[in-house]
Amino acid sequence: MKKKWLSIPYALWALIFSIAPLVIIAVYSFCSRSPYGKIIYKFTFEHYRKFMEPIYLNVLWRSLLLAMISTVVCLLVGYPMAMIISKASLKKRNILMMLFVLPLWTNFLLRTYAWMVLLRDQGPINQLLLSLGIIDEPLKLLYNTGAVTLGMVYNFIPFMVLPVYSVLAKMDECLIEAAKDLGATSTQVFLKITLPLSMPGVVSGIIMVFMPAVSTFVISDLLGGGQTILLGNLIQNQFLVARNWQFGSAISMIMMVLIVIAMTISSKYKSEDGGGLW
Amino acid sequence: MVKKLIKRGYALLVYLFLYLPIFLLILYSFNDSKYRGSWSGFTLRWYKELFKDRTIVAALYNTFAIAILSALIATIIGTISAIAIHKMSPRWKMTFMNVTYLPVMNPDIVIGISLLALFVALKMHLGFFTILLGHITFNTPYVILAVLPKLKHLNPYLEEAALDLGATPMQAFFKVVLPEIMPGVVTGGLLAFTLSLDDFMVSFFTTGSGVNTLSIKVYSMTKLGVSPKINALSTLLFIGVLSLFVLLQSREKNIKE
Repeated sequence: MKKKWLSIPYALWALIFSIAPLVIIAVYSFCSRSPYGKIIYKFTFEHYRKFMEPIYLNVLWRSLLLAMISTVVCLLVGYPMAMIISKASLKKRNILMMLFVLPLWTNFLLRTYAWMVLLRDQGPINQLLLSLGIIDEPLKLLYNTGAVTLGMVYNFIPFMVLPVYSVLAKMDECLIEAAKDLGATSTQVFLKITLPLSMPGVVSGIIMVFMPAVSTFVISDLLGGGQTILLGNLIQNQFLVARNWQFGSAISMIMMVLIVIAMTISSKYKSEDGGGLW
Repeated sequence: MVKKLIKRGYALLVYLFLYLPIFLLILYSFNDSKYRGSWSGFTLRWYKELFKDRTIVAALYNTFAIAILSALIATIIGTISAIAIHKMSPRWKMTFMNVTYLPVMNPDIVIGISLLALFVALKMHLGFFTILLGHITFNTPYVILAVLPKLKHLNPYLEEAALDLGATPMQAFFKVVLPEIMPGVVTGGLLAFTLSLDDFMVSFFTTGSGVNTLSIKVYSMTKLGVSPKINALSTLLFIGVLSLFVLLQSREKNIKE
């Protein structure tokens, strides 16, 4: 039985609400701007050229750098964690994994806000250090790049642990035993067996952490306090404050191209049956 | 032995890192002091004030209404589309899957601003309805992705047998196909519901003046300085999520047994 017509509602929906908006953004990014900020349908490269100015390139560089640092930290902290969980007994494993996913279910904004409270000048960390006499005046923990990186790692680390864990849990134990029987040390086993076999999960994890990290504006806004301007903040500002939709669209296009490039590069290292969430 | 201890300690530290902020918010929600500096006694004041705050109650209502509606609609559209996509020729399937992955792979902020541009271009009134449209848009692909694997594992002869035995296509679907793919449909629906509850970016850009969801409300509250009311709100939400989670887990266990 042919059921092709069943796809029509979704096809229409996707056309209107997924594809058309992106086309609009793409068109806007090449449109001129009237003195009052209105969109004039005249082709221009102005907005892309504007992005090449040092201040904006700096924002791009900072976004990429912070996203990369948080991805690396997530990998370094998350990989051993995924390994520990995958080695636990079956019953324990499920509970441990559940505990990792649970924070994801609480509101993202509230989780970030919690760190705002923790890192404040009068927050518990400073209070503790002061009362112990380790410091004389409160440390400036909030509103800097460190706080932003911390917020990214905190919010996105489950996205690293989940795919790595799902690959490691499915891995054949016999391979490791065989390597050990043949005289490999545990370092060798890890470098030559475990790590290469878990690559699909690692790649999934890198994509799933890097993407939200490079495009966030909430974390940098709340924990960076306007000191750390990232691509996301720039886009938000152009759309809602500066009302320069053309420039905002151009930045979005550049960000999308970057993400597509990052995904093509990483998908080369990913086999067909990857360790995604599914 | 030492190795085991190191592993345990490491795992404990990571979990502490994950849960410490949440537990601190819960603790502070019972703190009488307005300035979170010190503990000055147990109180339920912030909970009372929370429910007196009309804007917060309205935001809660909007959040749940949008989450339930968008999950429901996305589940219906997604399930129907998954069935259609499943039966397509490989070339069409590829096209549809690429379109489906678009909202999954696109950064939330791009989905948000591009929908804003669309709604403004269509001269639509920004508010509850536009947020709902946005949420259905990013939810539907997740339902499709959850249902498709179940269809792949479904025995195609089951439906044919039902049809041969005189069932109408509708009956065959509701009595044979749907019960078989139900786990996928439920997973997709729940995923859509939680994604919608958690969303900030798409709601933030597609909302109009005065219409808040919880995330937007929290965002604007942090701009005005932190209020202990947010702590009370976080506590309630965390307890809600925890009980939902435990409920789902026990349900899963029952099914397995």
